[in-house]
Amino acid sequence: MPREQFHRSMQNIQDNVLELGSMVDRQIDRSIKALVDRDVPLAEAVIRDDDEVNRARFHLDNMCLSLLAQQAPMASDLRLIVAVFAMASELERMGDHAEGIARIVVMMRDEPLVKPLVDIPAMSVKAREMLKSALDCFVQRDVEGSYAVGRMDDDVDALYDRVYADLIAIMLRDNSTVEACTRLLWVAHNLERIADRATNVAERVVFTVTGMLPEMDVSSY
Amino acid sequence: MAIESTKQEQATTTEFSGVPVAAPTPAGRGSVGRNDDLSQVALKADRVSAWYGAKHAVGEVSMDIYTNKITALIGPSGCGKSTYIRCFNRMHEFTPGARVEGGIYLEGVDIYDPAVDPTRVRQRIGMVFQKPNPFPTMSIVENVASGLRFKGITNRSEVADRVEASLKSAALWDEVKSDLKKPGIALSGGQQQRLCIARAIAVEPEVVLMDEPCSALDPIATVKIEDLMTSLAERFTIVIVTHNLQQAARVSDWTGFMLAGDDGIGRLVEYAKTDELFTNPKDPRTEAYITGRFG
Repeated sequence: MPREQFHRSMQNIQDNVLELGSMVDRQIDRSIKALVDRDVPLAEAVIRDDDEVNRARFHLDNMCLSLLAQQAPMASDLRLIVAVFAMASELERMGDHAEGIARIVVMMRDEPLVKPLVDIPAMSVKAREMLKSALDCFVQRDVEGSYAVGRMDDDVDALYDRVYADLIAIMLRDNSTVEACTRLLWVAHNLERIADRATNVAERVVFTVTGMLPEMDVSSY
Repeated sequence: MAIESTKQEQATTTEFSGVPVAAPTPAGRGSVGRNDDLSQVALKADRVSAWYGAKHAVGEVSMDIYTNKITALIGPSGCGKSTYIRCFNRMHEFTPGARVEGGIYLEGVDIYDPAVDPTRVRQRIGMVFQKPNPFPTMSIVENVASGLRFKGITNRSEVADRVEASLKSAALWDEVKSDLKKPGIALSGGQQQRLCIARAIAVEPEVVLMDEPCSALDPIATVKIEDLMTSLAERFTIVIVTHNLQQAARVSDWTGFMLAGDDGIGRLVEYAKTDELFTNPKDPRTEAYITGRFG
């Protein structure tokens, strides 16, 4: 095949997206684990490792820039590179949300929980599933699967609504819990945003394949 | 040369008999963005086929070339794109044994109608070639004036005015105005090509065909020609054949992709607005070509 070096570089970019996605997934997983286990050292490690996520994102940006400058990609190659710029940003921001959760865990220290952690871990599982599915769709260039990722966001939103209602009810019953409830609300909000960003990644997959940028229905939180 | 084409009733010798025809009114290309008015078709090619003797080079290619647009033709070597545009101004017939079928219409008149004067066609549809070809024995001014004399314009002051205007339009005037008597071939390659463009536009054609106009030029001279094409498109309709995909993407409004099939006949695979063709081509063969996945 002509332009072998270029196409190897394109494959390399795709591999780096998956690597960044995998790092982010691990960060989300560890931040929720730190919350559930009240593991402050683990939370601090998540905060530290966010630099690594940021570096991986900028490395990906630089790879894309070099290919744009040196290889003048066209058509599906051009769309993929433009999509990867956006995906890299979304993934890096997901990493920031995981870091945000870890910072809350550090703030909470051994503060007692105002409610059992059921829906928040469930949100995390769902949001990570969305992220993995969006990345699978990227590899498979799967448009239908990408739209399915968008629909999964409804489940995360429903969980978020429940967490929100529960925490508001607790705060109304006992205003001494406001600070603790607000912290958990922020954790849930970070997970909800992670799911939204997974949807954005899925939108970019559709763009890569079709050239159209769909507006998948995400929540307005 | 055998010509088989639909003849239109309105074909008359008058329209091609040497009466100067004004260049089309600019169709609105502004300083911002490109003119999107596609209502005007400068040149209509209808199922054009071309042969070199028994060799069938181009197979039934139809295109509407829009007024005041830059249309690029791309495709691998041997796909027939140069042959195709040489049919647009009856240059193809200069090759012994060559023939054309189909119709090419300029303002509704088939340029292959027997009543049409081919010399007049070439005045209205000018051409710039791959290798700059100023007349070697002529000065700069004589090169530009040569076409005017063919057209019967001999009044000295009119010739001088037109030469100056053409050299200015070709972005060459400032570089040569102090030495217009210098031989054309004493200029640099890029200047020679702009001189050829000045010569082509001096006779006020409606359409300017450019066959790989930058392939013999360095990058700086290429940029000058590309900038020039954009400004010329305010007054002329331009068709460019180029091997350089980036050049087609940079300068053109519309792009046609031609490809020779297993039978060796060049056909039009896709014709679309340039930004669409280079970002989201519809035909997988276009996609394969512009992403370098051929072979």
